[in-house]
Amino acid sequence: MLAALRHRYGILLVLAIVIAVLPLAFPSSYYFRVASLVWVSAFAAIGLNILMGKAGQVSLGHAGFFGIGAYAVAIGPTHLGVPSLVALLLGCLLSALLAFLVGRPILRLKGHYLAIATLGFGVLVALVITTESRWTGGPDGMSVMKLTLFGWRASGSDTWYWITGGLLLAGTWIALNLDETPTGRAFRALHDSEIAARVTGINVNRFKLQAFVIAAVYASLAGSALALMNGFVNPDQAGFLHSIELVTMVVLGGLGSVLGSIVGAAVLIMLPQVLTVFQEYENLLLGAIIIVSMIFMREGIVPMLSKFMMGRRA
Amino acid sequence: MPEFFQFLVSGLTIGAVYALVALGFTLVYNASDVVNFAQGEFVMLGGMVTVFVHAAGVPLPLAALVAVIVSVVLGLSLYWLAIAPARGASAVSLIIITIGASILLRGAAQIVFDKQFHKLPAFSGDTPVQMLGAAVQPQSFWVIGGTAVMVLLLYVFLERTLLGKAVLATSANRFAARLVGINTTTIMALAFGGSAAIGGVAGILITPITLTSYDVGTLLALKGFAAAMLGGMGNPLGAVAGGLLLGLLEAFGAGYISSTYKDAFAFIVILAVLFAAPQGLFGRRTIERV
Amino acid sequence: MTCHSHFKSLAIAAAIALPLSGLSIYSPALAQQTVKIGSVLSVTGPASFLGEPEDKTLRMYVDKINAAGGVAGKKIELVIYDDGGDANKARTFATRLIEDDKVVAMVGGSTTGTTMAMVPVFEEAQVPFISLAGAIEVVDPVRKFIFKTPHTDKMACEKIFENLKQRNFTKIAMISGTDGFGASMRAQCVKVAPTYGVQIIAEETYGPRDSDMTAQLTKIKGVAGVQAVVNPGFGQGPAIVTRNYAQLGMSATPLYQSHGVASKSFIELAGPAAEGVRLPAAALLVGDKLPDGDPQKKVVVDYKQTFEATAKQPVSTFGGHAYDGLYIMVEAMKRANSTDAKKVRDEIEKTKGFVGTGGIVTMSPTDHLGLDLSAFRMLEVKGGDWTLLPPGT
Repeated sequence: MLAALRHRYGILLVLAIVIAVLPLAFPSSYYFRVASLVWVSAFAAIGLNILMGKAGQVSLGHAGFFGIGAYAVAIGPTHLGVPSLVALLLGCLLSALLAFLVGRPILRLKGHYLAIATLGFGVLVALVITTESRWTGGPDGMSVMKLTLFGWRASGSDTWYWITGGLLLAGTWIALNLDETPTGRAFRALHDSEIAARVTGINVNRFKLQAFVIAAVYASLAGSALALMNGFVNPDQAGFLHSIELVTMVVLGGLGSVLGSIVGAAVLIMLPQVLTVFQEYENLLLGAIIIVSMIFMREGIVPMLSKFMMGRRA
Repeated sequence: MPEFFQFLVSGLTIGAVYALVALGFTLVYNASDVVNFAQGEFVMLGGMVTVFVHAAGVPLPLAALVAVIVSVVLGLSLYWLAIAPARGASAVSLIIITIGASILLRGAAQIVFDKQFHKLPAFSGDTPVQMLGAAVQPQSFWVIGGTAVMVLLLYVFLERTLLGKAVLATSANRFAARLVGINTTTIMALAFGGSAAIGGVAGILITPITLTSYDVGTLLALKGFAAAMLGGMGNPLGAVAGGLLLGLLEAFGAGYISSTYKDAFAFIVILAVLFAAPQGLFGRRTIERV
Repeated sequence: MTCHSHFKSLAIAAAIALPLSGLSIYSPALAQQTVKIGSVLSVTGPASFLGEPEDKTLRMYVDKINAAGGVAGKKIELVIYDDGGDANKARTFATRLIEDDKVVAMVGGSTTGTTMAMVPVFEEAQVPFISLAGAIEVVDPVRKFIFKTPHTDKMACEKIFENLKQRNFTKIAMISGTDGFGASMRAQCVKVAPTYGVQIIAEETYGPRDSDMTAQLTKIKGVAGVQAVVNPGFGQGPAIVTRNYAQLGMSATPLYQSHGVASKSFIELAGPAAEGVRLPAAALLVGDKLPDGDPQKKVVVDYKQTFEATAKQPVSTFGGHAYDGLYIMVEAMKRANSTDAKKVRDEIEKTKGFVGTGGIVTMSPTDHLGLDLSAFRMLEVKGGDWTLLPPGT
């Protein structure tokens, strides 16, 4: 199994099995709902991890793209008469375009300056969504028409479990394959040392921009999926706190690890569901758990666990 | 013209608080390379502890002192319990730890205190002072003056005391500092305690104007971080300038452009500044960072 | 894959599934004797000043009802989840209440955002849901299983404009919060203003976390002809607006707050600046000042005493909304003599003359709120306390 997880198709296979088998353990459709949320967040986190873990660039405004995707499938069918699926693609296109335009100047910045610039971008997107209430329904959000494919309406927690599960598999597959392409190798070189990468003739800026655009499209797709699944959107999904949540998923799971993003998303989505029984102590515990995990698993859960298991075997 | 001065005072008052938060960011960043997203929580603590200790019958100045002490103790605890044990972790891991700490502090505050909004009496009464056609709350002078005093104290400490020089040395080159016998761990703890004190004082000064509650920290951390970056991360004067500038941008943006898009205006200016000067306004000028 | 690795993949699947299934241990065998009422509230987060008193009220009164023998022969089991103000979380907890806890009724939804996210879940499951959120869109259009207790923002605008009309004010300025409550009420006020001959000649907004509104108010001050200023907003915003208003010496122009300012803490926070501020609010805020003949007097005085004695904080109309929702639900169960979701729903719709903290509620198939403008009292702050404004002033 450990060996399987080290091979990219192994990870994919294990993930497929988990997605297929998990429902057997679900006593009610509430579990389908939580699992779907995990798949959607994991999908967004995998995209962000391409930017953070592979290309070594931070984004504190990624929920902005998530929000664009979410509002695309809300506004498209309601105001423009565009079918949901087309709106979803338009959302991706818009996110990609914005990432491309904004990314050019932003990605010249380094470290924390990049962080604040992306944060500013995210704040701007959330602000526009909150303010332009004629289109977006304002701070209370708006409802989203159900996804209809050839007369079949996608509704129900279990249906969305399979849709989001499929999406996650596809997203994982692409991310894993990216590792083995010249682009993926360039990303890694970038992550290790930007200067070294530059010296070896890698067009650093182009690859950073590519990673940014890819991550934006991932987030946009996740946003669309969540909006269609929920049947509503609100500006929180584009907000600063959601950006932070996505970054936390990536780092907690393990920078650069595709599996880590899934685990990170699972932990952060499920923790509030579990901790809610502690009522007012919920946030206290959530904070403590994040701190303790980062101290003891500073590279993230997955890299740490795999190291630990390899250590035991040796 | 009276409008202009009203916006100016409003911007300087709020900007002074952003400046103090940004100063806290800078102090910690220089000593330890950590971007401390829990910085806003110290502002919350300063206000909330003062409110509750004062409500228990303790005179205001004493309550304020208690609040600063509590902030410092928690700042030191943050360093010893969460940052020091994670030594060697990547910068982004450390950021996540401070985010965890801010969630934890907020969670604790809602249990220890409550979830209501609270106020403090203004230090010198509520009667507005008329100046150049603008109505100024006396507390604004306390906020702006207090900020100036804090900046001055920090400057004197860094430039005129041996300990301050050790902080400077640590921020310039941690390894070299250790070689010349500076206990850099102590210096880092000092930075966390100091930044917590600055945050606590900011919270006490501003609460009579802005009110406080257990969750005021998040937005202040965001604004303070933005201010620090605008000024140029790592430069204390830049932090102060960035904070004041951000406050002024918001006030003039709300006054002359659109109150709905004032935050947008502030961030567009930040983005524009960074595109033109990728190290912030004062980031590059200093070689010896503080 | 070896046998060994099979085991490990199973272990991982279990590790993912376990924390979830661990939640389902709460299905006590005594389910027969209890009736489960669910609630999702914003107990923490930016709307905690709504969720917290609601949470306390529900717990307090469910204990009371159970001590008195419960409802329809069963004890109430209350399941409360905290959504932290996050609509997405609220939606998940709503699913959890329906699918996992199998509640027969729901009283909750602190904000319009969280309520609207949960509405489809309860409509689909056909479980009655009494919302505690303000905006009119919760019950307009009417949805079969969705009800609400708080007055709508449209009613608040109408009540304020009615008062403006009496004072012959036609030109006003508005300063609204950009949170859900402020934005929704602002839209309603803009919509109904022409009916009352009111013209909005200046408009400003402030963010939900803004701590200084002098810039916006200075702009309003500079507009000639403003006869009154209306501030749709809740939380700490209105208190700061009121303080800045006095600071800028604008007090000669009457300031109207909304029903979003619904507890004594507003007066405490705004201090002397609150003097003369008017607002439409439920009778709850002036319980002891109501004339003895007032039908609501007993209910609101009782609630105020119970809440303040147990919660040790000033009573707010928000907690009162939860009280009203709980009792409308419980009385419907009593009338139906059943805890069947559909029967209870039918009885809620037949609620007639229910005396609550928010007003006297009479629902119908076309009205799932059941309050009219008379549920609002016009109040003015005088001498650091609320006073009832005599009609016609």
